Amino acid sequence: MRASTFLLICLVISAAVFASANSFGNDYVFFAGYVVLQYIVLGTAWNILGGYCGYVNFGSAAFFALGAYSSVAIYKFYPLPIPALLIIGGAVSGVVGFGMGYLTLRLRGAFFAIATLALAVVLQTLIVNWDYVGGSRGAYIVRPETIAPIGNYIRYLFLVMILLAVAALFIARLIEHSRLGYGFATIRDDELAAEACGVPTLRLKLIATTISGALMGMAGAPFPYYIGYLQPSSAFGLDYAVNSIAMPLIGGTTSWLGPLIGAILLGSLQQIATVTISSAVNLLIVGVILVVFVIVAPNGIIGLVHHYLQHKPEDFVGRRHVEAESPETVP
Amino acid sequence: MIFSFDLLINAVMSGVLIGGFYAAVTCGVSLSFGILDIVNIAHPAFIILGSYVAYSANATFGLDPIIAAIVVMPAFYALGAVIYQVYYVSFEKRGQESLRGLAFFFGLLFITEVSLVLYFGVDYRYVDAAYIGPSLHLSELDVPLRILMPCLVSLLLIATLQLILSRSFIGRAIMAVAQDPFALRLMAVDPIRIKRIAFGISIATASLAGAFLIIIQPVEPSVGREYIGRVFAICVLGGMGSLPGTVIAAMLLGVVESLTSTFYGPSWAPAVSFGFLLLTLAVRPAGILGR
Repeated sequence: MRASTFLLICLVISAAVFASANSFGNDYVFFAGYVVLQYIVLGTAWNILGGYCGYVNFGSAAFFALGAYSSVAIYKFYPLPIPALLIIGGAVSGVVGFGMGYLTLRLRGAFFAIATLALAVVLQTLIVNWDYVGGSRGAYIVRPETIAPIGNYIRYLFLVMILLAVAALFIARLIEHSRLGYGFATIRDDELAAEACGVPTLRLKLIATTISGALMGMAGAPFPYYIGYLQPSSAFGLDYAVNSIAMPLIGGTTSWLGPLIGAILLGSLQQIATVTISSAVNLLIVGVILVVFVIVAPNGIIGLVHHYLQHKPEDFVGRRHVEAESPETVP
Repeated sequence: MIFSFDLLINAVMSGVLIGGFYAAVTCGVSLSFGILDIVNIAHPAFIILGSYVAYSANATFGLDPIIAAIVVMPAFYALGAVIYQVYYVSFEKRGQESLRGLAFFFGLLFITEVSLVLYFGVDYRYVDAAYIGPSLHLSELDVPLRILMPCLVSLLLIATLQLILSRSFIGRAIMAVAQDPFALRLMAVDPIRIKRIAFGISIATASLAGAFLIIIQPVEPSVGREYIGRVFAICVLGGMGSLPGTVIAAMLLGVVESLTSTFYGPSWAPAVSFGFLLLTLAVRPAGILGR
């Protein structure tokens, strides 16, 4: 499928989603849908670094909050339209992602993961101590009631987020089928061998952290307008970090489709569980699903489907028979 | 703020004592991350679990938290052994420890924290013991016993660990498995068993560290997150798996944090550990006493 065809299909699907959400006549659909869309962006962004390059980022919440707080800082100065905020939030998070990567990516992968974890704590400390954006008291954002062509403001936010999700998926798919994506895959499979073959690994990793960080920041930029009152503990919530890791791992990390599947499934499940059970229990559910999936289905739902398609039931019995004869199966 | 010598010397003293406690928190990670190369980011969550165990024992039986922690150490050891076995079978054997192994520990961190929230709630909990409250007064120095006690027991714990690692057969095998598991197999030692024992010991130390934590400060389930950056900063600074290095690095961090919170305000203290971590990674990745 060509990139332009893919983009067209995505836009048609999102128009259909928007129209069907509109036909409900209830704004709650938009509030819940916004969160799921936001997770599609976060999951896809995480996957560009985590799934394609194999570097784990635990600081998704930090990049997300950075985007959200740059919106707050600008709002206090002069309220700009949301598309401009997206670009600014993305730029700030992208720069921080680049800086983080430059300092830690020369070392083994685990150091990067730990540094991202610590980054969240430190950025939170900085925000708590920064009175201009409200400090630990938090900041209010007065959301306009309506906006000219669309009407209700939440519908506008929903529309912005769905376009951002399309953009994120488009970028992820583009990377996957390009020189850049193949370079990322070599890093994931064997960084040392890639380096030896002349793949510029550090530069590729820096590109990945920058794109991934920028997308996370963009996902966060409209968030203050969505929530109306932003405080550090909600912007840096651990649920963003765990969800943006759990969703790609549950869906499957090797393709753009994985985070999409994971975000839709897990995001909707959480929206339902939050309403019907409680928000603490729904986080427990995510944690348990994550652990079960990484142990039982290491390649996620996509891996399971592939496995099933490749070994049709009768075929599967035959393979098992062959395997049983060989003295030692390859792990 | 007016610079005062009393303030300075008290800040340094409490930093050293807190550093002793940080060493107990970190020694488990030095063992698992530093020696075994298992990135157990869930370690602080197990420490909080230890705090709550100490709290329960203290609240129901009136048991001293440190004694309670020593009593439940075998249970923590068994928990660690089980976790390592799962980790080995699902990740290390398949060669997927880098991405999915990390996600596994992250999930464990999350499950532990949320379970504690669901069971105990988010209220701060604290323990009672004879040494909580009074302080020693040595001329200008005030030494609160609630910090001195954990520091002393922690140094004892680390001395014991160091003795085990350098003198006993199992300890030497643990040091060896870090260098060459294959050579260990040629000596008729099962590297998996050695790693399981080492990981069990590392989780067992979390029980004691948890008791120290709840003696020093009231605890709620998400406190552990503050320790993730700190623990790994100390571990890297100390030279990844060197226990004396861990103690030195922990005390250094303790003093710097204490000075920061005395002279700039406590809300800045969490940023110190990250600064340390980044500085170490950028300037001397091998740490103070690196191998």
